Amino acid sequence: MATAEHSPLEQFEIHPILPITVGDLNLSFTNSSLWMAIAVLLIYGLVMLGTRHGSMVPGRLQAVVELSYQFIAEMLGSTVGKEGRRYFPFVFTLFMFILFGNLLGMIPGSFTYTSHIIVTFSMAIFVVTAVTVIGLIRHGFRFFSFFAPSGCPIYVMPLLVPIEVLSYLIRPISLSVRLFVNMMAGHIMLKTFAGFIVALGSFYVLPGVAPLALTIGLTGLELAIAFLQAYVFTVLTCIYLQDAIHLH
Amino acid sequence: MEIEAARMIGAGLAAIGLAGVGVGIGNVFATTIATIGRNPSIQNRVAGLMWIGFALVEAIGLFALLVAFMVLFG
Repeated sequence: MATAEHSPLEQFEIHPILPITVGDLNLSFTNSSLWMAIAVLLIYGLVMLGTRHGSMVPGRLQAVVELSYQFIAEMLGSTVGKEGRRYFPFVFTLFMFILFGNLLGMIPGSFTYTSHIIVTFSMAIFVVTAVTVIGLIRHGFRFFSFFAPSGCPIYVMPLLVPIEVLSYLIRPISLSVRLFVNMMAGHIMLKTFAGFIVALGSFYVLPGVAPLALTIGLTGLELAIAFLQAYVFTVLTCIYLQDAIHLH
Repeated sequence: MEIEAARMIGAGLAAIGLAGVGVGIGNVFATTIATIGRNPSIQNRVAGLMWIGFALVEAIGLFALLVAFMVLFG
């Protein structure tokens, strides 16, 4: 039997399912797009089916939808306050999209679209640009007073303001890389340890139990990290929104 | 020195940064546990902040992993 050497990086390859070329651009419907479409359909189905009856005593599905609604609404309320309510649809969509992306990646044989830097970078750059534009519209040029914190002596400003600007500009990078590296590293680890199960288990099965236990634990950890990273991305979006709206 | 050997050494050096991450995560959880120990009623409020802190510190560790990958495969 021919054993093909599979590297743990193979799972991140993008394969076009429906090749579409518009001029020079490759706009194919890929496996990444497929899982994004599946996530959107699942989120839509969940919310639509959950709120279909709208009963005062919620059934299970309605309770799930109400819980997630309340979770995000509370997050927005505690970080941004009253003005945050108009950004609720955006933050809710962001959270659900990332959460479902992370969770769908845990299905064996699926594709984690949040494990690609281009996906997370698009989301992060959109969030930071949107937050900056919101801040500029709301405050005009007073928005730049954000980079000179109050109570800061004047002689320290030439050092502090560039540092503040740099740490602001680094936000899209840290936001996107955090999510992408968590997902990519997690899945590489899962594939590597799963490979150990086969490698060790081929010697009379019993030595394969140790990496199996480790992989089971790691899968649990990855499920927790899926939730955690979606939560952290969303909560940081809310904090950046708060910075832009309230300027500290 | 061959480029492959230099890559390996670079990736190994990038892993040194994970020492700070270990200290950081330990610090976050130790402080949370001490806070809950002093004031048990604050648990729900502090728990959310703990997870944010943990994720931010873990991100730094994964930045080190990213550097190692960039050195190894870039």
